[in-house]
Amino acid sequence: MNRTVLDLWVGVFVAVGVAAVLFLALKVGNLASANIGETYRLQANFDNIGGLKPRAPVKSSGVVVGRVTEITFDPNLYVAVVKMDVDKRYSFPRDTFATILTSGLLGEQYIGFEVGGDTEMLKPDATITKTQSAVVLEKLISQFMFNKAAESPKAPEQ
Amino acid sequence: MTRLLRAMGARTVDGIWRLGFATRFFLAILARSGTSFARFQLTIREVFSTGVLSLIIILVSGFFVGLVLGLQGYETLQRYGSSEALGILVALSLVRELGPVVAGLLFASRAGSALTAEIGLMKTTEQLKAMDMMAVDPIARVVAPRFWGGVISMPLLAALFSTMGVFGAWFIGVVFIGVDDGAFWSQMQASVDFRYDIVNGVIKSVVFGFAVALIAVFEGYDSAPTAEGVSRAITRTVVNSALAILALDFVLTSFMFRGNG
Repeated sequence: MNRTVLDLWVGVFVAVGVAAVLFLALKVGNLASANIGETYRLQANFDNIGGLKPRAPVKSSGVVVGRVTEITFDPNLYVAVVKMDVDKRYSFPRDTFATILTSGLLGEQYIGFEVGGDTEMLKPDATITKTQSAVVLEKLISQFMFNKAAESPKAPEQ
Repeated sequence: MTRLLRAMGARTVDGIWRLGFATRFFLAILARSGTSFARFQLTIREVFSTGVLSLIIILVSGFFVGLVLGLQGYETLQRYGSSEALGILVALSLVRELGPVVAGLLFASRAGSALTAEIGLMKTTEQLKAMDMMAVDPIARVVAPRFWGGVISMPLLAALFSTMGVFGAWFIGVVFIGVDDGAFWSQMQASVDFRYDIVNGVIKSVVFGFAVALIAVFEGYDSAPTAEGVSRAITRTVVNSALAILALDFVLTSFMFRGNG
C-alpha cells in the first residue's frame, strides 16, 4: 500500500482511539465535573457510620462540596472518625450539623451539611462536633415494634 | 510408571525452558527496540495491519456487546425499579472488564494469529536466516516493529470497544426502550470515576497488549519451520493469549478493585 495512504489510516486510527479515551474520560467518567480544585480537611466523629465509604460525597443543600477521604475507628472514644476534603471555595459556620444520609431508599450514603447560624467559620483541620449517625434500619424497625407491643394492651380500652 | 514420570518431567522442563526463552526473547526485543524505532515507518505499518485492520471487528462486536448489555441490564434492573441505573451498569462493566478482556480476545484471534503466521512463514521460508546472513538483525527488523505495533494498537482498540459498547447500550436503552436520556448519562457520570475505573481499565488493556503481542511474536519465532509447525504455533498463540488474558485479568482485578470504593 502507498505510504501516504498508510500513514493517513494509522493517523485516523490513533486519533479515533484517543478520542475514544477522551469520550470515556469526559462523558462516561466524571473528570470534568468532579474535579474539585483546592480543598481543606475537616473531621467529624460519628457513633455509627452505617455503610458510609471512602470517596462518598459530602453535600450541602444537595450540592457536592467535598469527598470523604478516610474513615478510621478511634479506640479511646469508641467512635468512627471521618475525614473529608471540602472545596476551598466553600466555608461553613462552626455549628454546622453533619448528618449521614442515604440517597433514595437503597442508594449510596453521603454526608449532609446543615448550616448553622454561627458567625465564626470552621477552620481547616477543625472537627465538627454536631453530628448525627446513620439510620440503621434494623434499630428503627425494632423500636417501632417495641413501641407497638407496649401500646397494644391499651388499645381495647380506648 | 517411570515412563509416566519421565514424560511429566520432560514436559515441565520443556515448559520452564520455553518460559525462560520467552523472557530472554522479550528482553532481546526491548534491547533492539531503539534500532527499530530509528525506522519508525516499520512500526507504523504494523499499527496499520494489527490496529486499523482490526477496527471493523472491534467496533461491530463492541456495538453488539453494548446492545446485549443494554437489553439484559434493563431486563434485570427494571425488576428493582431502577432502570435509570442502566448507564452505570453498562459503563462500569465495559470500562472495567468487558472492554479490555473481550477486545483482547478478539485482538489475539484477529491480529495475534496473523502476526504468528507471518513470522512463522518467514522462518519456514528461511527469510529470517537470509536477513541474518545480510547482517540485518531479524529481531530489530521483523519482530520488534510487530511487537510494538500490537502494544500500541491494543489500548486504542479496547477504548474504542468500550465506547461503542456504551453507545450500543444507549441506542437500545434510550432510543428503543425509553430510559430517560439525562438519567442514563448523569448516573453514569456520577459513579464512574476517572482514576479508579477508566485509568485502571486502560492499564489492563496495555498489559493485555504486551502479553498478546509478546505471545504472538514469540510463538511465530519459535515455531517449527514446517507447514504443520506454523499451524500449531498459530493455535498456541490463540490458546495461550486467551489464557494469559483471563489469568492476568483476575490478577489485575484483585489488585485494582477490592470492593472498598
